[in-house]
Amino acid sequence: SNKPLSSLQSRNTKVAVVLIQRKTPMPPGEDLVASERAAAICHACDLSGKSLFVLPHTDHLVGYIIRLENAFYEHAQTYYYNEIRRVKSHKEFLNKTTHQLLFVRHQFKIAFFSELKQDTQNALKHYRTAYSLVHELRAHESNMLEIKTLAGFINYKVCRLCFLHNTPLDAISQFRKHIDLCKKKIGSAELAFEHAAWMAKQFQSFGELFDDAIKLGLAAIQTQNPGFYYQQAAYYSQERKRLALQLSQVNFILGGLDYYGQRPWRQGHQSIDPPDQDKEKKGILALQINEKDVPHSELIITLLSNAVAQFKKYKCPRMKSHLMVQMGEEYYHAQDYAKALKLLDYVMCDYRAERWCGIQTAILTTALHCAYLMASVKDYIIFCMELLGRASTLKKEQKLRIEQNLIQVLKNKIPDAEPQCDQVSAQAGRSLWNECMTSGGSNEFIIDVQDYIPFIQCKAKFRSPSFHVDEVIQLQVLVRADCPNPVSFTKLAVTLSNQEYNKWCVLETSSQECKTLLPGKTKCYNFSFVAKTKDVGKKIEMTGIEVMLGSSSGRCVFLRWRGAGGDAATTREFLQSNKSSSWPDTEEDLDWESMTILQNTMIMSRVPKISVQLSHQPPALSNEMYCIHCTVQSLEEGVAKDVKLTAGLKPGQDANLSQTTRVTLDNSKACDDTTPSLLPDILLGNLKPGKKLEKCVYVSSLTTGPRLFLFHIAYSIDLSVDGQQILCKCQKDEMITIETLVPFEVSANFLSTKFEPLEQVAVDLPFLMLTEIRSSSPWPLLLASTSLQNIGITNTQHHKYQIQDVILRKDECASECLCLRCPSLADNNNDVATGQYVILWRRHSSSPDSPLISTTVTLPHASLERVPLYIHADIPPFGRVRESLPVCFHIENRTALVQEVQISVEPSESFMFSGLKQVHIRILPGSKQQMLYNYYPLIAGYQTLPQLSISVDRCTTKAYNLRRFLPHRIFVKPQGKEVDNDSIAAA
Amino acid sequence: MAVCIAVIAKENYPLYIRSVPTQNELKFHYTVHTSLDVVEEKISAVGKSLGDQRELYLGLLYPTEDYKVYGYVTNSKVKFVIVVDSSNTSLRDNEIRSMFRKLHNSFTDVMCNPFHTPGNPIQSKAFDEVVSGMLAQST
Repeated sequence: SNKPLSSLQSRNTKVAVVLIQRKTPMPPGEDLVASERAAAICHACDLSGKSLFVLPHTDHLVGYIIRLENAFYEHAQTYYYNEIRRVKSHKEFLNKTTHQLLFVRHQFKIAFFSELKQDTQNALKHYRTAYSLVHELRAHESNMLEIKTLAGFINYKVCRLCFLHNTPLDAISQFRKHIDLCKKKIGSAELAFEHAAWMAKQFQSFGELFDDAIKLGLAAIQTQNPGFYYQQAAYYSQERKRLALQLSQVNFILGGLDYYGQRPWRQGHQSIDPPDQDKEKKGILALQINEKDVPHSELIITLLSNAVAQFKKYKCPRMKSHLMVQMGEEYYHAQDYAKALKLLDYVMCDYRAERWCGIQTAILTTALHCAYLMASVKDYIIFCMELLGRASTLKKEQKLRIEQNLIQVLKNKIPDAEPQCDQVSAQAGRSLWNECMTSGGSNEFIIDVQDYIPFIQCKAKFRSPSFHVDEVIQLQVLVRADCPNPVSFTKLAVTLSNQEYNKWCVLETSSQECKTLLPGKTKCYNFSFVAKTKDVGKKIEMTGIEVMLGSSSGRCVFLRWRGAGGDAATTREFLQSNKSSSWPDTEEDLDWESMTILQNTMIMSRVPKISVQLSHQPPALSNEMYCIHCTVQSLEEGVAKDVKLTAGLKPGQDANLSQTTRVTLDNSKACDDTTPSLLPDILLGNLKPGKKLEKCVYVSSLTTGPRLFLFHIAYSIDLSVDGQQILCKCQKDEMITIETLVPFEVSANFLSTKFEPLEQVAVDLPFLMLTEIRSSSPWPLLLASTSLQNIGITNTQHHKYQIQDVILRKDECASECLCLRCPSLADNNNDVATGQYVILWRRHSSSPDSPLISTTVTLPHASLERVPLYIHADIPPFGRVRESLPVCFHIENRTALVQEVQISVEPSESFMFSGLKQVHIRILPGSKQQMLYNYYPLIAGYQTLPQLSISVDRCTTKAYNLRRFLPHRIFVKPQGKEVDNDSIAAA
Repeated sequence: MAVCIAVIAKENYPLYIRSVPTQNELKFHYTVHTSLDVVEEKISAVGKSLGDQRELYLGLLYPTEDYKVYGYVTNSKVKFVIVVDSSNTSLRDNEIRSMFRKLHNSFTDVMCNPFHTPGNPIQSKAFDEVVSGMLAQST
């Protein structure tokens, strides 16, 4: 039918027809039937060919839709373009004096069409123009709201487009301008709430625009974020509520309005004065009545919570807290006390922690109202206590009233309502309190004080950071009241980490005076107890302090301090302070602020009353059984029982030390590897007062160097402390460092029989070994004996060792000479171990029966030499002038070959001789030849013997000196008087 | 000039707050307290970039509908906050700066007093007078 078409007639509309086709269309121009039909439809509907579309409903639907959309878009663009032109064409006929309103309308229209045309730049331009034109309108009381509403709309559009163009600063400045222009345009005083509502709306809308822009990627900052606008909106809503509450109570119903705000009697009216004064008044009344039903609190709370969410996002915790306080207060006004209390409780911690007492007191006051009206007894008590406390800024009379109320509550009575409460709510509150009393809930309240700042302060300290187990442990609790009237408590108790002691730390006297706290005065309560011996080495910690207020017959409140006191306002530095303040003896000495707490004390073992003396003669010598004489003397007044000594190397030193140190009590037996380095728990029995116990401990150190030795005495003793019998364990440690030195140095040298140093030792020929023992001990040493324990070398004779019971002082030497022979060995070793030299010794000062220490020294290796031909002479020890001196030379062939030897005797001035002057002899392998000479000395004194010149034919290459085996000189005595030969020899 | 002047301790509790007596004192407590959010943010931002070469004057902290809040932080992290009425547009930045300087000087004098315990609320006639001088001119 044509009905819709005709109703659109004046609207400058165009009709387009879209045919939905199920079949895939043929390429254009091929389907002649279709073209004909299309032409027919166009004709029938009076439609231009461009306005007929076909939408094939096939696989490519989306593509076709986009094509169709583009086609429509073009049509729409054209339409809006034409509309804008049409509006602009009106403008020429307008003039500012009569058509003021239309100017705004036209600009708004153009802007709106541009917006629809998606030409946002032009839209913004025209909206801005419209906005400035709005403010040119003549404004008076009756049209003020209308103008503001319009300005609000246009402002919204401008701001939205500015955000859209990503020019948020333009949006903000437009909004500021808008607010500054309109802020003062309140309009009718009777409808002032309308202005407030409008202001709230402006801020809220801008906040939302801002927030939307942020969601699309705009970055906001701490000082410029939507929260401020929500906050301001909330502020104006509060203002609105305040204004609404001022309205007088009216009961009047005005019917017949189409929608809110419409005033039909004003329609088309242009003059400033209202057309019908009476109607106008009724209209105002109707608006006022309407305002009464607005849920103001709900609006305010929503705005505040929006703001809270924003400030949380932009790091403004304090702003957030402030807004939450406002929310809490709003809930309080809306009589939702539970929610109010929850919010207030939440933020109170922050203000308490930052010590903003003024704010805190204000919040507490509101909270106290809530608690009263809810009859929440515990909360009521807490808030009363904080309002009486030192962080409260209330005046004294208010504090007195609150204290009175608190006392009422403790007596299980109903407190007075807060003075600011209105009668109705106060009545409701009172009946809740009544109910609460009759329902008979628990009348015990436990309050953990560290979360609050109550009116009773508490500090506790042990007298000392440590006590010996035989001392009485003292602790002191200081209590102070900050309330204006004296307050009494019923019980004071300290709990300790070991609960066995708790019974000693309870104050429950009947004396009222003792438990009454005067305002601003500190009371001091002392407790003492005796520690259990099993707590030695442990800490005793105060875990809490409890003050009971009220009585079990009424209500009782337990104030609990964690640790050793201190509440939410006590600074942490103070709690951790290590400097101990003095222990006041009288309450007058107390300076509350400077009193520190001491939460822990250490129980230490009793100081032993014994003396331990160690006597010894340092330094120790290595290997020796070093005696340390330990004397334990009792200074106790009772019997020291089960005295035990632990002696030896202090554990925890170098591991090598414990392997090279041996400790024993028995010096008769030598130590071996199984001897320990520490002797634990040597039982010494009981020790009577004044008596001594003695013990010798022997220490043998295998290596030199310092060692730390520990002497640990432990015993137990029965004591009476403060009337209590306790068994105390005591112990005492003595430590000494002992240096170990080498007692002596041993050296050994090889010499020929002529006392010439030997580099090599000839096989199967005698040689001498000279040993030297040099004492390095500061104490005289007794060398008892020496011996050789040899492997490679035989002792030529069974001779005695020369060192026998020799005493050596420091740096003195003892020498001994031994004649040795190296047997011919089967193998061809060029080296032989000469064996070990064993020295038995002890300190000269030690007792004769103390054991000898055997020190073994490994002698140096000797390098060997094999001698093919050996010659030696039998010659008397001396000659005498003109007396025959028989000399026999033995020549020995030690090779496996026959040796031919030429011997000649060189003449000497000092001797005549008889015997072969030159001889050529042949010596068979392993055999000897003897040659006899008779020397006849001519001159007295040391004389060089006639030299034997020996040449060996086979050994020319070796050409070695056989002469070294022969004596070189002899002493010739002068021809004396007839004296006994023996006596001369003795001389 | 100013409607409220506050000195805040390093730990952010108030050492001194005074406002024009005609107005709601609690409101200014809240205003000063909330401005600490911005002060803390500014201090931490400066601390990162410049270190000790710090400008004590923090400038305008945040504008509210009715007031402008200015901040200043001493090297010992004591904060001064001055709240000015928004309608008072004649006030220049320089004047605010000189107010803070005066305040700082007077505060230093208070700290130099051997009878003053640092950390306790300021109770000083001289300081009161300096503050009164700044507040009085508003009326």
